[in-house]
Amino acid sequence: MAARSQMALSLGFHIIFSCIGMVMPFFMAVSHFLWLRTGEQVYQNVTKAWSKGVAIFFATGAVSGTVLSFELGLLWPTFMKHAGPIFGMPFSLEGTAFFIEAIALGFFLYGWNRFNRWFHWVTGVVVGISGLASGILVVAANSWMNSPTGFDFVNGQYTNIDPIKAMFNPAWFSQALHMCIAAFAATGFAVAGVHALMIFRKRNVDFHLRSFKIAAIFGVLAALLQPLSGDISAKMVAKRQPAKLAAMEAHFKTEPYSPLIIGGIPDVKNQKVNYAIELPGMLSFLVYDNFKTPVKGLDQISKQDQPPIAVTHYAFQLMVALGMAMMALGVLYLIAIWKKRLWLTAGWFLKLFILATPIGFIAVEAGWTVTEVGRQPWIIQGVMLTADAVTPMPGIHYSFYLFTAVYVSLSIAVIFLLYRQIKMVPVIYDVKPKPVHAK
Amino acid sequence: MIYVVIIFLWVSLLLYLVMGGADFGAGIIELFTSTPNKSRTRRIMYNAIGPIWEANHMWLIIAIVILFVGFPTIYATMSTYLHIPLTIMLMGIIARGTALTFRNYDAVNDNMQKVYNKIFVYSSFITPLFLGIIAGSTVSGRVDPQANNFMDAYIFSWFNWFSVAIGFFTTSLCGFLAAIYLIGEARDDAERRSFIRKARIMNVAAVVSGAVVFVASIKENIPLVQWVFGNFIGIAAVGLATLSLILLWYLISKGKRYIIRVLAGFQMTMILLTTTYKHYPNIVILRNGTYLSLLVHRGADKTIQALGIALLAGSLFILPALFYLVWSFQKKDPNHSADLHQ
Repeated sequence: MAARSQMALSLGFHIIFSCIGMVMPFFMAVSHFLWLRTGEQVYQNVTKAWSKGVAIFFATGAVSGTVLSFELGLLWPTFMKHAGPIFGMPFSLEGTAFFIEAIALGFFLYGWNRFNRWFHWVTGVVVGISGLASGILVVAANSWMNSPTGFDFVNGQYTNIDPIKAMFNPAWFSQALHMCIAAFAATGFAVAGVHALMIFRKRNVDFHLRSFKIAAIFGVLAALLQPLSGDISAKMVAKRQPAKLAAMEAHFKTEPYSPLIIGGIPDVKNQKVNYAIELPGMLSFLVYDNFKTPVKGLDQISKQDQPPIAVTHYAFQLMVALGMAMMALGVLYLIAIWKKRLWLTAGWFLKLFILATPIGFIAVEAGWTVTEVGRQPWIIQGVMLTADAVTPMPGIHYSFYLFTAVYVSLSIAVIFLLYRQIKMVPVIYDVKPKPVHAK
Repeated sequence: MIYVVIIFLWVSLLLYLVMGGADFGAGIIELFTSTPNKSRTRRIMYNAIGPIWEANHMWLIIAIVILFVGFPTIYATMSTYLHIPLTIMLMGIIARGTALTFRNYDAVNDNMQKVYNKIFVYSSFITPLFLGIIAGSTVSGRVDPQANNFMDAYIFSWFNWFSVAIGFFTTSLCGFLAAIYLIGEARDDAERRSFIRKARIMNVAAVVSGAVVFVASIKENIPLVQWVFGNFIGIAAVGLATLSLILLWYLISKGKRYIIRVLAGFQMTMILLTTTYKHYPNIVILRNGTYLSLLVHRGADKTIQALGIALLAGSLFILPALFYLVWSFQKKDPNHSADLHQ
């Protein structure tokens, strides 16, 4: 249990940092592009300010990623012993992508005024692309745990191993798509929220308004696209992991016209959900495109194969609710930029975006919880139990406390640093247009 | 293909030892620099390693990925029985990486800098120490999957004279590498002299701790002497390392900057070669005398095949880009004091 908590904590931490590290370079590239095209100083300032954020997040993302590559073995040696050669392929490619990202970032951060401007811009774009590629590859490893392929499991032996087939496992596409869009949405809203706060306080309005617009458009488009990928994912889950889907929906009874259950408190003992809104037939429709086909419920899944229902259900509902909220905000934003320009600096509009700062990441964490908790008790769906994978070393809970302390202090440090960066914006960038680099 | 993978594993360890080592060493040098000179050392160091430090540490990730994809049993055994030193090393890596970034990107320059510096220098010392301990433990024959009590299984597997001596040996090598590197970055004679003095101290420390490693190996019944001197390659490598060390000091006195880096790198190569050659392909030696071998305890053929191809393809992208990065920041005026320092 301590091992699971430590892993959850490390991943929960890493997921935020790597999302930001993989999406922000794209924001940066846009403002950088605008600077190169228009020559407006403010865009260069925005790019530089963001690049510092990227550097901080990249470094923390990189160390937390290094830690994870060790933790896999430190906590789950049995899992790694068998799974390593099968699902390791994306990791070895990810190593390459990550390496390229680090090199490109070196060029980008230290390359102002040293290289051809467009070469410099391209290195920034490479940071983003290779970051995105590593994200997609890492998700391949996780989706393999959900839909293991590329080997035969006979009498406890893993034979006929094919790492390429394992990498292109059936759940990869849907999961990677869902995760990437989520990363854009979450980061877009988080960054937009911070800039909205600064506009609201009337600090450096020009600087923050332009940053806000770039971040928000990414976030908004991603939020509007997300339901599509969510639908693909849900269909995949229904096919591969009926127990997970049933837990997500707190769907106890297998019956035709399966209802979509919204909200409510699952009562596991009596196999029902209290205080929920039920839309008859909707679940069948979402999964099978018709209202009639029954969706497998928890009553057809043996007790020991069921994940924790309440946690999975709540996490799923939370994710969907926050996703809807982001979509609503997205629609508002589109109206604002097309029809009602004045909204952009209106108090209520900014307040909504400020409130929305963390919700993308809360949704990401909730979604992560769904996929991980929903897979329990398996670490490799249908093949290996989590309990069998854990390290034999006693006293893992001490290690958990240690890592908790480290991550908590790291998060505080990062927030503190960003706060100071933002606070310094007026000092660094607010003077009249300066010679090329702001010293 | 298995040999391609093994060569990549060895080369990434070597590059991590040289590039990452010099990086750690910079922190170690800072730790042993008198306070008035600290900020100068820091500035030189930052200019020297800033653009490439992230890349330096990728080699460890590459090595670990090769290990868990290609040699899962070895990875699982190490991470089970060397759990504690690995965790400490990870803490060092986290602390060091973040402290370095934070001190460069904190927009406000105040007392927090002191905190970052403290964390940075101590973790620069601890990380290679435990890396060395882990490396020593793999061949110390103390890793014992049959142990039936906590101390034998999880503590004495790495806490022994031999492993700890290797830890200190590694640390002084890192310091030596950094000092040699920084000699070339010095801007005036006083700085240069101070780095030469540091290189000398680190050199002595490496020789002394190296001798201690041999003493410890005899005490712990580890046939290190035989591994190193029992075969031609070992003797030749040690001989070449010694010769190149003499040449190195001669060239330092001649005022050379770049060739001495190559020589220091060459010495590391020789050291890693002697220590790994004789018991290759056995990478972990267990208490009961059996081995975990790179040739036996490896992943499925298809995996090794795919891994080898991935590594070859990856290096096509990585190596040219990396060389260009190092080269372009080497060549251009080092007087830039990075734009980020506003």
